[in-house]
Amino acid sequence: MEKMSRVTTALGGSVLTGRTMHCHLDAPANAISVCRDAAQVVVAGRSIFKIYAIEEEQFVEKLNLRVGRKPSLNLSCADVVWHQMDENLLATAATNGVVVTWNLGRPSRNKQDQLFTEHKRTVNKVCFHPTEAHVLLSGSQDGFMKCFDLRRKDSVSTFSGQSESVRDVQFSIRDYFTFASTFENGNVQLWDIRRPDRCERMFTAHNGPVFCCDWHPEDRGWLATGGRDKMVKVWDMTTHRAKEMHCVQTIASVARVKWRPECRHHLATCSMMVDHNIYVWDVRRPFVPAAMFEEHRDVTTGIAWRHPHDPSFLLSGSKDSSLCQHLFRDASQPVERANPEGLCYGLFGDLAFAAKESLVAAESGRKPYTGDRRHPIFFKRKLDPAEPFAGLASSALSVFETEPGGSAMRWFVDTAERYALAGRPLAELCDHNAKVARELGRNQVAQTWTMLRTIYCSPGLLPTANLSHSVGKGGSCGLQLMNSFNLKDMAPGLGSETRLDRSKGDARSDTVLLDSSATLITNEDNEETEGSDVPADYLLGDVEGEDDELYLLDPEHTHPEEPECVLPQEAFPLRHEIVDTPPGPEHLQDKADSPHVSGSEADVASLAPMDSSFSLLSVSHALYDSRLPPDFFSVLVRDMLHFYAEQGDVQMAVSVLIVLGERVRKDIDEQTQEHWYTSYIDLLQRFRLWNVSNEVVKLSTSRAVSCLNQASTTLHVNCSHCKRPMSSRGWVCDRCHRCASMCAVCHHVVKGLFVWCQGCSHGGHLQHIMKWLEGSSHCPAGCGHLCEYS
Amino acid sequence: MRLATAASEAYTTPLAVSELLGCKQCAAGRDQDEELGIRIPRPLGQGPSRFIPEKEILQVGSEDAQMHALFADSFAALGRLDNITLVMVFHPQYLESFLKTQHYLLQMDGPLPLHYRHYIGIMAAARHQCSYLVNLHVNDFLHVGGDPKWLNGLENAPQKLQNLGELNKVLAHRPWLITKEHIEGLLKAEEHSWSLAELVHAVVLLTHYHSLASFTFGCGISPEIHCDGGHTFRPPSVSNYCICDITNGNHSVDEMQVNSAENVSVSDSFFEVEALMEKMRQLQECRDEEEASQEEMASRFEIEKRESMFVFSSDDEEVTPARDVSRHFEDTSYGYKDFSRHGMHVPTFRVQDYCWEDHGYSLVNRLYPDVGQLIDEKFHIAYNLTYNTMAMHKDVDTSMLRRAIWNYIHCMFGIRYDDYDYGEINQLLDRSFKVYIKTVVCTPEKVTKRMYDSFWRQFKHSEKVHVNLLLIEARMQAELLYALRAITRYMT
Repeated sequence: MEKMSRVTTALGGSVLTGRTMHCHLDAPANAISVCRDAAQVVVAGRSIFKIYAIEEEQFVEKLNLRVGRKPSLNLSCADVVWHQMDENLLATAATNGVVVTWNLGRPSRNKQDQLFTEHKRTVNKVCFHPTEAHVLLSGSQDGFMKCFDLRRKDSVSTFSGQSESVRDVQFSIRDYFTFASTFENGNVQLWDIRRPDRCERMFTAHNGPVFCCDWHPEDRGWLATGGRDKMVKVWDMTTHRAKEMHCVQTIASVARVKWRPECRHHLATCSMMVDHNIYVWDVRRPFVPAAMFEEHRDVTTGIAWRHPHDPSFLLSGSKDSSLCQHLFRDASQPVERANPEGLCYGLFGDLAFAAKESLVAAESGRKPYTGDRRHPIFFKRKLDPAEPFAGLASSALSVFETEPGGSAMRWFVDTAERYALAGRPLAELCDHNAKVARELGRNQVAQTWTMLRTIYCSPGLLPTANLSHSVGKGGSCGLQLMNSFNLKDMAPGLGSETRLDRSKGDARSDTVLLDSSATLITNEDNEETEGSDVPADYLLGDVEGEDDELYLLDPEHTHPEEPECVLPQEAFPLRHEIVDTPPGPEHLQDKADSPHVSGSEADVASLAPMDSSFSLLSVSHALYDSRLPPDFFSVLVRDMLHFYAEQGDVQMAVSVLIVLGERVRKDIDEQTQEHWYTSYIDLLQRFRLWNVSNEVVKLSTSRAVSCLNQASTTLHVNCSHCKRPMSSRGWVCDRCHRCASMCAVCHHVVKGLFVWCQGCSHGGHLQHIMKWLEGSSHCPAGCGHLCEYS
Repeated sequence: MRLATAASEAYTTPLAVSELLGCKQCAAGRDQDEELGIRIPRPLGQGPSRFIPEKEILQVGSEDAQMHALFADSFAALGRLDNITLVMVFHPQYLESFLKTQHYLLQMDGPLPLHYRHYIGIMAAARHQCSYLVNLHVNDFLHVGGDPKWLNGLENAPQKLQNLGELNKVLAHRPWLITKEHIEGLLKAEEHSWSLAELVHAVVLLTHYHSLASFTFGCGISPEIHCDGGHTFRPPSVSNYCICDITNGNHSVDEMQVNSAENVSVSDSFFEVEALMEKMRQLQECRDEEEASQEEMASRFEIEKRESMFVFSSDDEEVTPARDVSRHFEDTSYGYKDFSRHGMHVPTFRVQDYCWEDHGYSLVNRLYPDVGQLIDEKFHIAYNLTYNTMAMHKDVDTSMLRRAIWNYIHCMFGIRYDDYDYGEINQLLDRSFKVYIKTVVCTPEKVTKRMYDSFWRQFKHSEKVHVNLLLIEARMQAELLYALRAITRYMT
């Protein structure tokens, strides 16, 4: 309001000037109406009925029409209207069902003219004929509309809506005889004033009451309606059936709607509850309001454009007891606040972004990456010269595709499907997952799993089959560390084949090792059960030194390598591809490998204990049991999880979190866990891995995540005969009274788990079908289909 | 899983129901079980309602398709067919909407956890010492995994629910005193605070159970067989009449007296109906001619309001013992006080400024989606339900009578319709009827069979149940309006 912008408009000789301003009323307003000269406004409410002059700087009270000692209910106005032909004539609708007309030309203080008490219930709306001086229309809660001739004492004709309460009545501006009425049950009726017996046309416009309607001032057939269902709809009434042309979804039930003068597609709305703002919409852009007035502190109850040919002045009355004049120029425009750029990653690495066209044009002018592997595709919207938002609306969409055949995210899907997260001992889970990772060529991840297993599992408990495997792995590690000088030279030169060879060699040496280690373990177990700590003592001095050394080594290794760690290795390799020169799949592996060998933070960190445990197998067990409780590593594991998550491999972080469960959960704060879970679940769902995502949700311990599976758990079923939804029970149809799901085996109704073949759509009780298909491969219904059950 | 249990119970429960209903056959039907040495509880009541003779009530098994579907729904949702359902089935159209709403409130998506919902139901019913509803929901509460400790009293429940106690109290007895401070207190209690959506859910549950308590007492719903007071282990009587007749001996005597009284005054009450119809006709016709002045219209509301306060039952007998229920009370002294007698000046609530259709609905639907729609439908059905009959007369337009009842209840809560002539109430509702309405709505625990019998003596039981539906829906709407207005004021 401090903005003092002034607008002056010349309109047929008269000049409108003013600014955004407001004045305080004594009571809440229910409705307002403007005089035809645009210089006065009438405000009506339960305990207010006044006329204000609109001056340049302020509103000035001109007349108080509420006179008399005792306020009568006749003065408690639900609606008010000022005649657009005669500036002395007003009509009000009272909450007790009386329609009152007022003649400002009367010399006495009381301007009340006529009283019509024909309605039995509250009158919701009154409306003067736009051109006829004496015709007044009213619509009431009792379901009737009445047409009054002001020269007579009672109504000329009564129109029965044959339904519930009338909420609004409006004379058509163009068609002399037509008026529209809206009803509480969602209907809109069109009447001819000469035919009170039945309506010309009726259609259901909204779900729930239609609170308001407004005819377009220029387009003959356009009617805007607003309802409790929070929608504004624009109907074309010229066609045989009323056609919905536009629909604007607002955030609260729509109390009033008014077309904006001189702007063909604009209309103003205010809401009945909760939302206090007034919006001006362009019906063609139904998502963002073109303008917004935020002056009121309570719901707006009445809006009116000040002059029928001036689009910049809007008047409004509100429950907060204030009257406002809004200037379009001062309106806030949500469009300006909107971010006109959008960026989105596709699932398979495609990148799309939309931006203002001017911006894109400038950008592409430089063309810095022309030689790159990107394939930008440009879409351009066709510009409508009539479009008022042309400047904002024209934007360009660019899509960058990744190289086809890069099989970018294949590993993610495979890993997600094959990982085992629960239901087996920890060691088995780790081994299984390590194996999966290795088969997918993700050696670093595989290594991590193996190390986790070593940290958290007491090796004595391992089944021998797994043992041989892990020992083999351990052996190779030990080897690596011992020959740590060779390490770096070895790695880059190694192709996958040479590595294969090496692992074969390892396996061979493992078998040799295996026997001795197995015996060692059994020995040790015996000793431990005896309760002697001799082996531990005996090993003490020997190992300690080595251990220390290892940990000393650690930071040195980590720090210089850190920049390398930042490079994304596993997650979203596609991003790599965009930046770098084309890597083949092998190259990718190399990349993944090189930091692994040279020792990323996580690797080296967990390499240390691993090493100590395996380079001298029997020794390490004792050491591990007596000196290094798993808690000792929790910091490292935590860092490792964070590391993976940072890299974008949230899959690894979540999988480890689930597998290790209580062992690490306490070290990572709830919010981070939740964040990982939700990101992973989101990814899984985008890849349509519903089962995996459900498993993850189920296994998660975070409350916010596990309740994801508890929302909207309803399953809707349609009847197999009449194809209608079965609303009440899942097994019998209300309409055709047949049991929809019969078991093909036992011919009884299936009320619980129902399984059916996707090929022939026969099915039945889960147990029965399972049993049947054990013995026969044909469908139990006898259709001849070869059903499969997996 | 739920379906499966419901289905399995479906086989056992009709048995229980038929036991309940058919206590005359019980002596015969029991012999077999007795031989096995099993102690079998015997139902105490005579059908689902103490007020309505058993033979008037629909027998399970003889229902039509629509009612059967409703019963089936009720089973599927609750795993039982309770007495409320058996009485409400007089009006299947309403019952359907009622069950749908209740099911949604208790079991479908919503902001409150399941055990909270039942606990709130218990809290609300306990305000009116309605042991019937409390018992039902104690079972449900435990079934959904509620902590049995909470049932030892509100002070054992979480702080969050304790905070709701005040709102429950005010809402049940003097809803016009609810202010936005109440709402603010609940929403801004740091870690115990309610969210707006939760609060709306809770408010809807509270009002639902307050009014359902009214129905339970208003129709004299008998305890369920598995609840306290619903059965006995006493051995069958030695004489040849049924145990139920002994335990409820005084009850049946009552009924006989009433019956004889009815016989005497048949001609009397016949004229009652005639007179009522005549008045309605008169009002219909002369409405346009005789026009009351504005002042008079205004004063009529005040008169009606004031008079409603003198309407009170004289008999204070038969107060339901509230053994296990009382623990939910913090403040038993807090009861209904007349709107008009109340010392403080509370401004009249005007429907034209805040009504359910425009404002309440939008608010509820915004904060607790779909429930606004369900309640809206329920109000509509209750308000518009009519069979165009009055006692023995057919094709009567009862809209005027229904509106008078509805507005009378709102008037007791200080809610005024600008467009209603409150003189009509005085013409249409006689004193004994007003006593009944007032007692059911404001202090339901004091309803007696005598009150039930003494109003509208010629009317059918189904019509009296119909009246009860109007009463509970009007009460629920009145409470909701006050609570929602306070929430709206808090939000602006």
